[in-house]
Amino acid sequence: MGLVHQYRNNGYNIVLDINSSSIHVADDMVYDIIEAMDQGMEKSRILQNLSARYAPDQIEEGYAECEELIRSGQLFSRDIYEACQEEIEAFSKRKTVVKALCLHVAHACNLSCKYCFAEEGEYHGQRAMMSVEVGKKALDFLVENSGSRKNLEVDFFGGEPLMNWQTVKELVAYGRSLEEKNQKKFRFTLTTNGVLLDEEKTDFLNREMANVVLSLDGRQKVHDFMRPFPGGAGSYQNIIPKFQEFVKKRGQKDYYVRGTFTRHNLDFAEDVLHMADLGFRKLSMEPVVAPKEAEYALRKEDLPVIFEQYDLLAREMLKREKEGKGFQFFHFMLDLSGGPCVYKRLSGCGSGTEYLAVTPWGDLYPCHQFVGEEDFRMGTVFDGIQKPQIRDRFSANNVYAKPACRECFARFFCSGGCAANSHNFYGDMGQAYEIGCAMEKKRVECAIMLKAAME
Amino acid sequence: MKHIKTLNTGKLQNTVKKGGCGECQTSCQSACKTSCTVGNQSCENTK
Repeated sequence: MGLVHQYRNNGYNIVLDINSSSIHVADDMVYDIIEAMDQGMEKSRILQNLSARYAPDQIEEGYAECEELIRSGQLFSRDIYEACQEEIEAFSKRKTVVKALCLHVAHACNLSCKYCFAEEGEYHGQRAMMSVEVGKKALDFLVENSGSRKNLEVDFFGGEPLMNWQTVKELVAYGRSLEEKNQKKFRFTLTTNGVLLDEEKTDFLNREMANVVLSLDGRQKVHDFMRPFPGGAGSYQNIIPKFQEFVKKRGQKDYYVRGTFTRHNLDFAEDVLHMADLGFRKLSMEPVVAPKEAEYALRKEDLPVIFEQYDLLAREMLKREKEGKGFQFFHFMLDLSGGPCVYKRLSGCGSGTEYLAVTPWGDLYPCHQFVGEEDFRMGTVFDGIQKPQIRDRFSANNVYAKPACRECFARFFCSGGCAANSHNFYGDMGQAYEIGCAMEKKRVECAIMLKAAME
Repeated sequence: MKHIKTLNTGKLQNTVKKGGCGECQTSCQSACKTSCTVGNQSCENTK
């Protein structure tokens, strides 16, 4: 198994020490030395091989710097699982608690997006709205099953959650009423297509929601093609002024303008930049999750174009940053000062264990992507988890359980990828979705390059 | 160091002893809802 990952991007020579997650920027000579060390070459041979290009005293100096990093555990560091097997195994067998719920408050939608995994909000079922009673029961379930966790997350999702506005408001009030007596803190979030946003909803969401995700695919022609109203008219003109007003009032609180790209807009960097041009500063653009036979699904042969787009986007972000017009792109963000601990990086998104989705009638599923798949129905908010074996399957599904992840340099950044992606593509959530992995690796490389460039 | 610069000083191995409190944000709740990215999140204890 490789211990380092080296690559050149935008003029930077980057060396990632996989197990310590240390990130180094090297000059050409040390980059070559590390490459030779990685191939198991002896010092004398490295000196000999590089002597045509670099002065011997310089090679000695560079080699000594590498040795210092090796001694301090920041270069060629040992596999973390081997080094800390006991602690990690104990963690894998821990009793998990539930700390986040995705509430499907509306299985209905006022748009007819062509790529919707929820089938216009109805999730292989019928149109339905969550009652306040079911919602309250879900929040009670969360409090009861969260053990000593203080911070609890509740996402209002759909369909389109603003179609069930009264329930959203009443559940926020109910959640707040539970906080003090249970020593919990609710972080509410909401994902919306924006059609029903008005002044009252904007003000309420900006006050109560820790994060709001605003769905926009980018340029008008791209957005309108994939996100029309049921009659076929585009929704771009309807939502843009509402999103701009929303963000203007949002202040410093978190939000994301989030899009989906498909085979129809492989030049998606243009769409991200369009979002930035509209004045939005916190952006995300996700590859579509689709059955492989869908005409809009991403294909393996699209990857070179997609990689170019990520590079282009990263370079443009740097340029705009220097011009004082910088913006954040979710997948290029890296916390180098205090990122997540190894346990978080091993356990991934938490679906099926810490994170569950709740249907309008109170059924529990491992996450929003699995809703409607009967084999994954885990229980209800009324009776709790009835099929713990489903939870255990998700709990065991970490990076060391997947052969492809064990060999991957990005395993501690993506933590094993999306179980639903793998399930959709291979009918087995324990695989690694090849196209998704390739894109994730590219995004990690770009994110690291940006850090190097902004140092 | 003259030839190599390290951008981050914290080592992942060091989080084995003190990590795992579970208070951090659930990844999918942040912005993506379709693909898992963990490396960009913050530790709740170092905020």
